Amino acid sequence: MNAPLLQMSGIDKSFGGTAALRSAELTIGRGEVHAVIGQNGAGKSTLIKILTGVYTRDGGTITFDGKPVHFHYPREAQAAGISTIYQELNLIPLRTVTENICLGYEPRKWGMIDWRLANKHARELLARFDIDIDVTRPLGEYNTAIQQLVAIARAVSLDAKLVIMDEPTSSLDDREIAILFGVIRELNKSGVSVLYVSHFLDELFQICDQVTVMRDGQTVAQREISDTNKLNLIADMLGRDPEEIRAAGMTDFSAAQAKTGDVLLEAKNVATGTRLRDFTMRVHSGEIVGLGGLLGSGRTEAARALFGVDDVTAGAVKIDGKQGAPANPRAAIGQGLSYLSEDRKAEGIIPHMSVRENVTLALLPRITKHGQVETKKERELVERFVKSLGIKASSIDQPIRELSGGNQQKVLLARWLATEPRILILDEPTRGVDVGAKLEIQQIIRGYVEQGIGVVLISSEFEELVEGADRIVVLQDGHSVSELRNPGVTENALVKAIAHHYADRDAA
Amino acid sequence: MLADSKTFDLRELLRSGGGTAQTRGVWIALILLIAFGLFRYDNFGSQYNVLSFLNFNSMFVLISIGMCFVIMTGGIDLSVGSVAAFTSVVAALLSSHGLIVAVPGGVLAGMAIGALNAFVILRMRVPPFITTLATMLAAKGGSLVLSGAETIGVDWTTNFTRLGMGSAFGTIPWTILIALAVVIVAWIILERTSLGRIVLAIGGGDEASKLMGLRTERAIVFVYVFSGLCAGLAGVILASAFGAGQPLEGVGWELTAIASVVVGGTLLTGGVGSIPATVAGALLLGLIFNILNFENGRGTISLSAYWQSVIRGNFLLIVIVLQAGLLTQRKARSQDG
Repeated sequence: MNAPLLQMSGIDKSFGGTAALRSAELTIGRGEVHAVIGQNGAGKSTLIKILTGVYTRDGGTITFDGKPVHFHYPREAQAAGISTIYQELNLIPLRTVTENICLGYEPRKWGMIDWRLANKHARELLARFDIDIDVTRPLGEYNTAIQQLVAIARAVSLDAKLVIMDEPTSSLDDREIAILFGVIRELNKSGVSVLYVSHFLDELFQICDQVTVMRDGQTVAQREISDTNKLNLIADMLGRDPEEIRAAGMTDFSAAQAKTGDVLLEAKNVATGTRLRDFTMRVHSGEIVGLGGLLGSGRTEAARALFGVDDVTAGAVKIDGKQGAPANPRAAIGQGLSYLSEDRKAEGIIPHMSVRENVTLALLPRITKHGQVETKKERELVERFVKSLGIKASSIDQPIRELSGGNQQKVLLARWLATEPRILILDEPTRGVDVGAKLEIQQIIRGYVEQGIGVVLISSEFEELVEGADRIVVLQDGHSVSELRNPGVTENALVKAIAHHYADRDAA
Repeated sequence: MLADSKTFDLRELLRSGGGTAQTRGVWIALILLIAFGLFRYDNFGSQYNVLSFLNFNSMFVLISIGMCFVIMTGGIDLSVGSVAAFTSVVAALLSSHGLIVAVPGGVLAGMAIGALNAFVILRMRVPPFITTLATMLAAKGGSLVLSGAETIGVDWTTNFTRLGMGSAFGTIPWTILIALAVVIVAWIILERTSLGRIVLAIGGGDEASKLMGLRTERAIVFVYVFSGLCAGLAGVILASAFGAGQPLEGVGWELTAIASVVVGGTLLTGGVGSIPATVAGALLLGLIFNILNFENGRGTISLSAYWQSVIRGNFLLIVIVLQAGLLTQRKARSQDG
């Protein structure tokens, strides 16, 4: 039979009036590895959550294994043969490997669990993937890769027909990735399909058969991986013309000359244990340096390294003429750095606290006398920022969670500006912010830059980088590969720079 | 410091103490229950009843305050009951040296266990629930070993029992004043100091707090040591007020404390909390027993202590459900607007 295993068509879904999916399609054949790619907000995770019964679709049809289906709960999808391996594994680290594989389906003998048989079953299952471990040890004693493989083994033992893997390699090293890929190939041989979500394009060409590209809630392309290349995939993801990108692939992006003004920050061949491999940049007083690149290219990792969150394992960092990367965020702040992080909810706001308290948290040592917060000073300072940044709140004592996204972001900006930084790192400062607030935030940043601070600006929006940054350092796979200088940078030029390296490699 | 009137604004402190939807429930319930008692029983408002009620409940107020700080960071301290039993034995054994030795001895023992909790949680990365469960068992065992599993009579010849049995100016029991002092200090720490802010910030967002360069570890050490201090003080009062170190006491106190904190509107996930509301929560729980005692005294009903527990548990549930109702109502309204 050649009927596909899964066919989703015309899937619509909106959240509170905003369309997340518009007539999205996904077709997965039997025994194939199928990648779904797209920028943030393209609708990948919404589509998968509809498939697995986490969300209910507004419209469209899903056919799985020859039958129309409509899952309301994740366990219905599971029972039908769809298993999801989440980034954060939903296993029980304190129980043994065997228990994790068999939980709920243990073999029984006279009404009791037959552990001997269960262990044998678990060992055989893992042996299929060339994994030989002690299955009676707690799962938590093994590394992430093994845990992930155990999750997959469980899915297989439950007769999964489709295994969904969400960024499975994000916490694995190269050797572990090789093991994982071996397992995926083994799954294919036995007719199991894999839906593979990853931001790392290199991987797709190693392991996937088909790729579906999503953009703005729509399926824009489905391609056979052997018929395409990275350049085309990037063009699909960004909605650009690949020929145009290729033609410009030969453009020479000469290294920028040093700018007058003091060098505030210098990073040379910096690498970290995460996805940053070889990163070089320089920030002068009074300029905005953008970091461009696709998701997973190492932009946020670069910011975290400079701010002392992740340890620098190679290369040199120099801040204000002083050698060495800060040991931790506290030290970084002491050296005049500030970091407005990407994830406003988890790493930014303290939801239950007021606007006032959120602004002054990072500043506490400076407004504390004998351990007591100097309330009058605090109020004056917060009022001043609320006014100058145009933060709309009923009062400075209003809980921050009640503010709009744009105003929350302004509060966080105020938090960091209040520390009087010399270097300000902004990671997606205008994401999820309405157009008006966005312009205001950009103007505020520009104002501070004119007073002499240096800014590192990370953004997925090409327009923001092109219009906002004086120079743009382009990152690919953790390497800084080229640099563009304003004036004169266009969005097209940036897209080309991002794809340039790939065009070269594909041509080679 | 405190005397500096420019930085110390009582009105603001009071404003921050109550008023939010989370804490309103406990105040309403407390006021209704007091009104009910005053209306129904002749001696309910008598000086004797009020003082002995507060006197007895000061121990629970103390451990609830310590618990409140721990819970605000998103942690939990299950060891408080055992720590109180342990420190009551320590204080009783030291009572022959008088207050000057027995009180610091008991309190320091409590703080030491709190420091151990913090050390294990931070350095060995054991979750607070498990860490404090372990120290709860250890402290329990420790007090049994130290006392030979018997109550240890205190030395009545020294001034030790004056703490739990004596009164200031011949009227107000010292225990009430001690609890009041701790409440005020705790209130100021939470509302006025950067330490208090950091405690709330950790519970509100651990990762965000670290990225802001806050000294989160120091704050964690503080909350567990402070909880140990409060439990230690409660243990010393226990020994002094009842004239004996009691290794078998303290069972279930941690649950009473958690209940007081939760009824007082503090989220178990951390990030939100109020000292006055926690005190109100502790008093509310005590008041239910007080009223049931009056009821028994009138002869209208005759309830065993077991039934009283059942009733208290159900009352607690009602208050919490009402509070959840208040919260969701407010959320719905703010979403409409």
